[in-house]
Amino acid sequence: MDSGENWYLHCRKKGAVTIFNYIAKQILQGIVLVFCVSVLVFSLLYLMPGNPVDMVVDRKVSEEKKEQIAHEMGYDRPLVEQYVDWMKNILIDHNFGKSTRYKTPVWDLMKNRIPLSLTLCGLSLLLEMIVALPIGLLCAIKKDTFFDRFTVNFSLLLTAVPTFWLSVLFIIIFSVKLKWLPISGYEKPENFILPVVSLTLGSVAGTIRLIKAEVLEVLNEKFVTTALAKGVPRKTVMVKHVLRNALIMVTVLVFMSIPWLISGAVVTENIFGIPGMGNLLLNSIIVQDFPVVQACVLLIAILTVICNIISDLVVGMLDPRIRVSLNGGDR
Amino acid sequence: MKEEFKKEELLKLEHLNIQYKVKGGYLSAVNDVNLSISRGEVFAVVGESGCGKSTVAHSIMHLIPGGNAKVTGKIFFKGEDINACSDKTMEGIRGKHIGMIFQNPLDSLNPVYTTGSQVEEAILLDGLNHAQAWEKVLKLYQDVKMPDAAERAKSYPHEMSGGMRQRVMIAMMLSRNPELLIADEPTTALDVTIEAQILEIIKELKNTYNTAIMLITHNFGLVAEVADKIAVMYAGEVIESGDVFEIFEHPTHPYTTLLMQALPRKTKKEGRLQTIDGSVPRILEKKPECRFANRCPYAKEQCFRENPPVASLSATHTCRCFRAVKKEA
Amino acid sequence: MKESKLKNTLHDCVHNRNLMIGLVILLSIIVIAIFADSIAPFPYNKNSAGGRLEAPSAEHWFGTDEMGRDMFSRVIAGTRITLWICFLGAALQLVIGVAVGLISGYFGKWVDRVFSFMTDLTWCIPGTILALTVVTLLGKGLTNSIIAISLVSWASYARPVRAKTMALRNMAFVETGISFGESSFSIITRYILPNVLPSLIVMVSTNLPSAILSTTTLSFLGLGSQVPSPDWGLALSNSISYISRAPWLGLFPGLALVYTVFGFNLLGEGLRDILDPHMKSQ
Repeated sequence: MDSGENWYLHCRKKGAVTIFNYIAKQILQGIVLVFCVSVLVFSLLYLMPGNPVDMVVDRKVSEEKKEQIAHEMGYDRPLVEQYVDWMKNILIDHNFGKSTRYKTPVWDLMKNRIPLSLTLCGLSLLLEMIVALPIGLLCAIKKDTFFDRFTVNFSLLLTAVPTFWLSVLFIIIFSVKLKWLPISGYEKPENFILPVVSLTLGSVAGTIRLIKAEVLEVLNEKFVTTALAKGVPRKTVMVKHVLRNALIMVTVLVFMSIPWLISGAVVTENIFGIPGMGNLLLNSIIVQDFPVVQACVLLIAILTVICNIISDLVVGMLDPRIRVSLNGGDR
Repeated sequence: MKEEFKKEELLKLEHLNIQYKVKGGYLSAVNDVNLSISRGEVFAVVGESGCGKSTVAHSIMHLIPGGNAKVTGKIFFKGEDINACSDKTMEGIRGKHIGMIFQNPLDSLNPVYTTGSQVEEAILLDGLNHAQAWEKVLKLYQDVKMPDAAERAKSYPHEMSGGMRQRVMIAMMLSRNPELLIADEPTTALDVTIEAQILEIIKELKNTYNTAIMLITHNFGLVAEVADKIAVMYAGEVIESGDVFEIFEHPTHPYTTLLMQALPRKTKKEGRLQTIDGSVPRILEKKPECRFANRCPYAKEQCFRENPPVASLSATHTCRCFRAVKKEA
Repeated sequence: MKESKLKNTLHDCVHNRNLMIGLVILLSIIVIAIFADSIAPFPYNKNSAGGRLEAPSAEHWFGTDEMGRDMFSRVIAGTRITLWICFLGAALQLVIGVAVGLISGYFGKWVDRVFSFMTDLTWCIPGTILALTVVTLLGKGLTNSIIAISLVSWASYARPVRAKTMALRNMAFVETGISFGESSFSIITRYILPNVLPSLIVMVSTNLPSAILSTTTLSFLGLGSQVPSPDWGLALSNSISYISRAPWLGLFPGLALVYTVFGFNLLGEGLRDILDPHMKSQ
């Protein structure tokens, strides 16, 4: 039957269960993923050819001394035990071990750098949205006009330009030739202009495309026609129905792009001499400072998973139907 | 029946042509359609899928999807040609004077808002405050016989059944008392039992609000039940139109006759349902021939040479066929 | 029938502007790479071919670097590295991605679940970071960084191949093969792989630009090609030290890179328009 209390209650109940399951499933999945990543990161030291002690000490050290150090560091104990200890230290004391290069706790190295990286990424995310949202929306509404074609071709060109070269170009133009902005540094606000802009340009083309595609999809939905049919002015329909529904996808996009911005920041920080996380990670890789590499990768992985979970939850809040399929496309 | 001849004309289509721009030219979706709907009557437009009936309906509202359609001809609404009017004027007409219900009630409602708030959105356009508007929503929900109206107004579309969603659509489109309601296949996506309920609601509301209804359908059974007048469309042309009794008693166009035979009837003794061979052609260019000729059992050589003119069989009954032209004479 | 279809496709190809421009760019790079030695006025590694950090001139079109090497010759020599990245990168990604996609799509069940989880896991860490980690394990070097990039990005092949295989798996002609007792290997190679091939061409051409960019990024970060390789990424990284005195060092290798990647992008767009039926309808 069409009507009836029972059917309705059943529907409501089912909805509630779905939402609860959904959240629980996302979080559980996240925990499993983080666990697996932590195992991988931990085993990094043992995947390397040779003895882990060789990574930590100088080559000149004698064999006995090495064994002694291995014992002190606990490398001779069973792997599972080592892993549990390592995780325990991280979870309880924020103790990621000691940097083999600086001989200081990894956390001390990181804690001043994280805010710098977050500032860089946050600003760049903000700029990206400010630029991409209106352009993407306009491209969809004015599809096949000059503005749309120009943007599409320009973004195609922009995707061919690597971020690092764009940064180099910016330095040549704005710092060397025009002398408007400093080449490197991180103390003053103007130091951040070039890094933020070049980091943004690295991903803004893709974002515009995605927003345009999403808005186009919503524009073709029948409910847009309905809203127009009941007499709502076109502009209001664009904001209340098209933009509102497209925002669901855009929110996902924002959260999903945070980890990618961070990896983009590795390059940008390196060029502009900003001592953030990316810079630390790169230098540690070059000198094979393993505890630092492990900590950086683990943190970024956790951040990625958290962003995924948050974006899924936000979608759940914004969209009463919970479009699970959003996250991952063809899954 | 009797007084209907004198009723005021509400909507009149004159020489309506709609062409879609496609690769390699224009696709003629609607060709020279003339029809007129009076206040308070139910006018059914019948035809197979793809015959252009939906396109006609959307063109009245300036809502043809895709944006590559060219609409020429005149659409008079209360004496004014709204085909030529601006977007701004049209925004004032949609919902307020002409409402429209669509085929699939799930796609037609925004999934992120409660159904009540979507109905309210329409009402608020008339300058009511929130409390008044919500009250009207609840009243409308009762009018369309929504069970649990107060509770339902706060539900989302996906929490409702197809029938309920179509009730919401009807409530939404009647909320501003339009003079004309275009119903584009309103029951096609629904079960038969619910179809009957929805039709009942439409009939009742028509009587209460004196709304004219343009019913787009492929279902002749539905037409027999509710319509006052009928236009039968084929391949973008109105091939026969008239009073419901005239059409059902004296179907003149071979296509109409065949459609009637395809209708399952209790009184008929034959066990098999009649079918019409072939399918609606895609008309890429205007060819001077009867568009039904290739499927018509009575087709003569003349039918392939020129498109027959529209013949008047009575004051209301017209037919586009050479056989009718002879009768007229 | 088949011949006319082929003719149609060819006709589409010739009239697709993106594809044609992309092809011309790709061909030009291949030609330059083959004749690099005869085109380049100087051997790319010859120190003091001119003065140090000379500005572009008639003799040294792109100027010279800090060792007095001719930049034009070095940019020309860089095309070979780029083509090597394309070849090795595409081959590695294809082998891993297609194998995983075919196997998990064909066998389904737990095999599929394991592989899906692995893909999820690689998506859990942003590509660059993962590639950096893999390079840490393998050690620096161009080939190692190509391997790292491939190990990170095979998933973008595996997913569509898996989806396509799953669809084909239930087709009548595959089931007929199974009922006749053909081995899984023979079914995969004889029935499924040929049907996946056309979309693979599109996938390769759309993925190559990002493979080139990622590998050059690793070189730029000092983890890929090592001195004295004429790698464009390395040259750009090197240019930063001299950016105030010799900005042209940062200009030309970048232009060459953008030219190449843009060419591949156009090629990919064009091929997708022609070969991918989903995109064609739009």
